[in-house]
Amino acid sequence: MDPLVIDIAVLVLAGFVGYTVISKVPNTLHTPLMSGTNAIHGIVVLGGLLLMAESSGVLEKVLLVIAVAFGTINVIGGFLVTDRMLEMFKAKDPPKAEDEEQGA
Amino acid sequence: MIATVFLQTTNFIDAAYIVAFGLMIYGMTGLTGPRTAVRGNKIAATGMAIAVIATLLRKGEFHGSSTVWLIILGVAIGTAIGVPAARRVHMTAMPQMVALFNGVGGGAVALIAWVEFRHHFGADWPLRSEIFELFGAIVGSISFWGSNIAFGKLQGIIPGRPIKLPGAAQSILNLGLFLVTVAAAIVLCAGTHSQALFILGILVAAGILGNMVVLPIGGADMPVVISLLNAFTGLSAAATGVALSNPVMIVAGMIVGASGTILTNLMAKAMNRSVPAIVAGGFGGEVAAPVGAAGETGGTVRSTSAQDVAIQLSYARLVVIAPGYGMAVAQAQHAVRELERALEAKGVEVKYAIHPVAGRMPGHMNVLLAEADVPYDLLREMDDINPEFSRTDVVLVIGANDVTNPAAKNEPGSPIYGMPILEVDHAKAVIVLKRSMASGFAGIDNPLFYEEKTSMLFGDAKASVSEVTAEVQAL
Repeated sequence: MDPLVIDIAVLVLAGFVGYTVISKVPNTLHTPLMSGTNAIHGIVVLGGLLLMAESSGVLEKVLLVIAVAFGTINVIGGFLVTDRMLEMFKAKDPPKAEDEEQGA
Repeated sequence: MIATVFLQTTNFIDAAYIVAFGLMIYGMTGLTGPRTAVRGNKIAATGMAIAVIATLLRKGEFHGSSTVWLIILGVAIGTAIGVPAARRVHMTAMPQMVALFNGVGGGAVALIAWVEFRHHFGADWPLRSEIFELFGAIVGSISFWGSNIAFGKLQGIIPGRPIKLPGAAQSILNLGLFLVTVAAAIVLCAGTHSQALFILGILVAAGILGNMVVLPIGGADMPVVISLLNAFTGLSAAATGVALSNPVMIVAGMIVGASGTILTNLMAKAMNRSVPAIVAGGFGGEVAAPVGAAGETGGTVRSTSAQDVAIQLSYARLVVIAPGYGMAVAQAQHAVRELERALEAKGVEVKYAIHPVAGRMPGHMNVLLAEADVPYDLLREMDDINPEFSRTDVVLVIGANDVTNPAAKNEPGSPIYGMPILEVDHAKAVIVLKRSMASGFAGIDNPLFYEEKTSMLFGDAKASVSEVTAEVQAL
């Protein structure tokens, strides 16, 4: 099969998988979802890495270093900030039980 | 030695890619519940790490020492900026942070496309790669500049109100820029000798378009804009993945594209507005019509004191707190939590009413309240809480405006007519905490403030809430 056909098949299927998975995320978690998926599109950093080996000339190198830096900010920053947010959601369960005891 | 060679084979790298995107999808399924979400995010991050390491293992491609150092340099710069930013950012500033991270992602796509086209200058490059790479370049550039403007607006560097050319000039300019971009892209695909020049032209035109599209959009529409730009960056990453025939980029990009699309539609639906109408912009600038509406409602506002509010709240059975962007700006979420505890100690039932577009990004209020340790089960979504307002004694509106505006239900002439709202006007009494009588971010007056059952407590939300809490505790 033509590699392009395979790529587009992957594209379409991934779209459906993404849609199905993400539809199930509750409103409460929409901000972390957004920053989490935000981190995932930092995957473009791979493009920067792959091209770095092929590139020639100062301008191309400079552009790619910036691209890799941008991608890294996107990936690392995105995952860290999502983790911070989600920890707050998680940390809430034990105190909740405590509250109920206090309230009772 | 054999192991090293094995690790560098295409088969191994492809297998690693499959593992990587499998982990990313699996990680995302974890996000469906608060308990599994932390682990889900870590799994997705692991998938990302595997994808990066697998790419770096590719045989022979990274032998040149300069290449390795340049990659290290790029990663080091990115880490040095990204890590402290992610660690230090306040939860209240999360929308800007997401906009910024989104922007750099789009910027990376655009830069990669630029290098691709410079690199393949004059060379035979398959047309399909060109088409996908160009799509990535255009959308990535729009996303980069659009996100930066969104960041500027949210951070207050650029005024949040819509900035636009008069009349139809803006739409004509945007359409013109779009056509120029597409035309240049077609020329590039058809083959030209000035490839390097054309790709630069496309990036610049798409960049201006990104600025021009987001500048006219008002602050209240930001949840939609951020979701949309997120979807854009995802799709541009997927397109770059097709151009480079890299499956992990395709899958990851499409997941983001799907999530951004879902959120965009949800947000637009929660505002009863269509995505094209929001992108067309200008909403929130027209203060003229709502002023008339304010005149009709009579225009007397009752101001109240912290002490009166405390008494009202303490003798209520059910209090519903409706937070909005104002709570985020004043960083009042911890103070609100304190008040909730003080009231609960007096036997008052407290719930939170969360409007889907309260704040500046999807789920913004939930994050802030989670930071303040508000129990998950006290937060009610709009459709669940609306029937409960009729049995609610007091609604405390904290820095929310448009999402409680009854004009959305009663005044067909109102710009927000038809938008689903928190029906706080059905409660027995409403107390609105507000800095001043200035209208909301959308620039629309709120008849709720002039209703007989409404009283206003003016001042900084955090200070007001703390004062009320102290009074409640003293009672």
